Amino acid sequence: MTSNLRWKVLLVLLVVVLSAWRASYTFRYLSLSDEDKAAMPAEEVESLEEQSLRLGLDLKGGMHLVLEVDKEGLPADEARDVMDRALEVINNRIDEFGVAEPSIQREGENRILVQLPGLQDEQRAKRLIGRTALLEFLPVETPDVYDLVFRAIDRALVDTMRAHGELPDEESALLSEAELAARERPLTAKAIVPGDIPYFAEEDVPWVREQLARIDLNSVLPHREGAPGVPRVRLSWDNETRSMQDGKEYRAFYILDDEALMTGSVVVSAEVRPGLDPDYPNSPGVQLRLSRSGGRTFADYTGEHVGEYLALVLDGTVQSAPVIRDRIPAGTPASITGTFSDEQAKDLAIVLRAGRLPAPMTVVEERTVGPSLGRDSITLGVRAMLIGGLLVVLFMAVYYRASGLVAVGALAINILVVVALMSTLPVSPKPALTLPGLAGIILTIGMAVDANVLIFERIREELRNQKTVRAAIRDGYERAFTTILDANVTTLIAAAVLLQFGTGPVKGFAVTLSLGILASMFTAIVATRVVFDLFTLSRNVKRLSI
Amino acid sequence: MEFVKDTHINFLGHRRAAFIFSLILIAVGVVSLVVQGGPKLGIDFQGGILLQVQFDKPIEAERIRETLAGIGLGGAEIQHFGGDREAIIRVSEGGDADLTSEIVETLNRENPENHAEVRREELVGPKVGRELQSKASQAILYALIGILIYISIRFEFRFAVGAVAALVHDVLITLGIFSLTGFEITLSVVAALLTIVGYSLNDTIVIYDRIREDRRKLYGKSFVDIVNTSLNESLSRTLVTSVTTLLVVLSLFIFGGEVIRDFAFTLMIGVVVGTYSSIYVASPLVVEWQIAQDARRRKKA
Repeated sequence: MTSNLRWKVLLVLLVVVLSAWRASYTFRYLSLSDEDKAAMPAEEVESLEEQSLRLGLDLKGGMHLVLEVDKEGLPADEARDVMDRALEVINNRIDEFGVAEPSIQREGENRILVQLPGLQDEQRAKRLIGRTALLEFLPVETPDVYDLVFRAIDRALVDTMRAHGELPDEESALLSEAELAARERPLTAKAIVPGDIPYFAEEDVPWVREQLARIDLNSVLPHREGAPGVPRVRLSWDNETRSMQDGKEYRAFYILDDEALMTGSVVVSAEVRPGLDPDYPNSPGVQLRLSRSGGRTFADYTGEHVGEYLALVLDGTVQSAPVIRDRIPAGTPASITGTFSDEQAKDLAIVLRAGRLPAPMTVVEERTVGPSLGRDSITLGVRAMLIGGLLVVLFMAVYYRASGLVAVGALAINILVVVALMSTLPVSPKPALTLPGLAGIILTIGMAVDANVLIFERIREELRNQKTVRAAIRDGYERAFTTILDANVTTLIAAAVLLQFGTGPVKGFAVTLSLGILASMFTAIVATRVVFDLFTLSRNVKRLSI
Repeated sequence: MEFVKDTHINFLGHRRAAFIFSLILIAVGVVSLVVQGGPKLGIDFQGGILLQVQFDKPIEAERIRETLAGIGLGGAEIQHFGGDREAIIRVSEGGDADLTSEIVETLNRENPENHAEVRREELVGPKVGRELQSKASQAILYALIGILIYISIRFEFRFAVGAVAALVHDVLITLGIFSLTGFEITLSVVAALLTIVGYSLNDTIVIYDRIREDRRKLYGKSFVDIVNTSLNESLSRTLVTSVTTLLVVLSLFIFGGEVIRDFAFTLMIGVVVGTYSSIYVASPLVVEWQIAQDARRRKKA
């Protein structure tokens, strides 16, 4: 054996062993069922996962969100660091939410890419992450203002209904008391007032919204002094319903002072704490710390308005409207308590903290795949790969006989190398195997044999020209080489463009395709050549099975 | 085993017929595209919402449509997907993150006996859609330019023109077939189109390589004869590679699942069209160029 060939044999063996070793982590990890994982020690699963290939969200299940921060109208100094703050806010919110391995990246000028693998409750996540965060502290109006506003709305409604001929004729029939009330005070008649705040039955809420839309609220609502048409109150619904004694769901309806006492920017921290309220020792509450200036405003206000309500309003919806029990001196934390569930308290705390973001954020792109679909995709993809691979093996064995099997062996090494590279490449973030990526590997099976097809066709030609087996092999490889190179470089150009432009899943395709082509340059040319050389080394081979 | 052995097919003899055949195919596609006002774009490029919903029991598409009409989404496109328990719901105009929750909640409220579960959800804002659209067209354009440059360096400019013309031919025919069959253009379809560009080129280059070699070997023969010889010599390889690639793409199309089907479909068309174009478009165009050049020279002389 020449020393050149000896080195090549060693090199090929080394590549095969190394790739098989690296790829074995992936194969072991992917073959684990959920029960197997539960039975294994957590660290072991974790280290196995770290060593194995990273699955894309479309195979693993999860959520891919792109958020856009609207910088328009921000003062220059705020616009400069708004992205950092947005990232921090999102980080916080996701931490709260408790997702394993979230990835949060800035994308371009004003976008943030959030990836949450294996998410269970996507609706809640979206609500928390994607929501614009304009948090305001608005005083709830006192009962006399409620009365005033309801009367004014009722009057306007009656006028509108009469104008449309929707009211029964006055003399037409004897009306029951309830009918009479509904005729004169249409809105008030639907409301119930268990305490200071009126509620509407959930089934009536659409009707109320509809009626309110019919009248010109700006002129009906009480306005600021000297500014008719500019209401000084705002109407708002609670974000949740409450079930009352009659078993029906009711929603609170608030009349709020239009001028915010302060906005979310004064919130320093908000944390869930149990036992804040001695009356409900088991209920969680939210402890709120404010900035110095916020604390002063808050102390003054709470001192003057004990017994009144203060609403925490996020994007126009009331999240909570606690009653002010006492003056809260500047520097001491405020407690928000009530009959919260753990989750409600947690979400309220998150909302309070989110208020620090001065610009609205919107979801501009979202892709979510449920875990069951991801699993199905892997199963189907792997099945397609096995079937496609088997067909290629059969075809190559029939068409090129023993040589075809050599090419198939090279193909198997090729896939090992790709998997090993994908799980070991020292780039961050690690390239993920996506569904199109899986398709890329499958496609590589078809295209990687092409190099061997080119070589084998050449060898056949050389054999037809009466060359010896050894010479035919040598010339076949040599002549085919430039062709393979040219063909692969052009495919790589297309793959490189894809890598540049593609988003998530498509990028995954470009990665596996390029790696597959690069690996095939080694496996299809070097590795198969070694086999042929070894085969023709000792004996004087007269016939080649090709 | 060998499919073809020592063939002497006069490919270039039929080149005019092939040109006409290609032009007809392209024309049919272009007409269909024009009639339908451009290719049918998926939500990736148009903006909108796509929901893949799985129900406990089989459900009629009409039932889903009625339910959604209740919340003003009567125009939503509803399609069964890999069985009668699963459906794709598409809403093309705008839509925000809340709309998806509303759709699922409405489906479950109106059909309490048949629970719906979201398997896949995609939302693309109209702005992102437009961006992806221009990015995708740029990608295809840049790929073509890159290839043009590479082949001009490795071969000659006229070879590059032939190769790129063949690629444009492949992409146009594929788009035409998409338009005729009503398939949507999505991100993964664009990825597949670029793969076709790579694949078809692969084929073309192998033949060009052979022409380059044969020109040295068969010095003195006419260019038409040389190209014909090269086409015949590489025919076996062209067919074998097409077969192996088709085998895997076909198994991807049949067994790979619904999600990947449009991708596999694009590749399938591409492999067939790409193989055809490397024989009947790319090389004959180089020959035409050569003939025109010779005629001009003769005139000058």
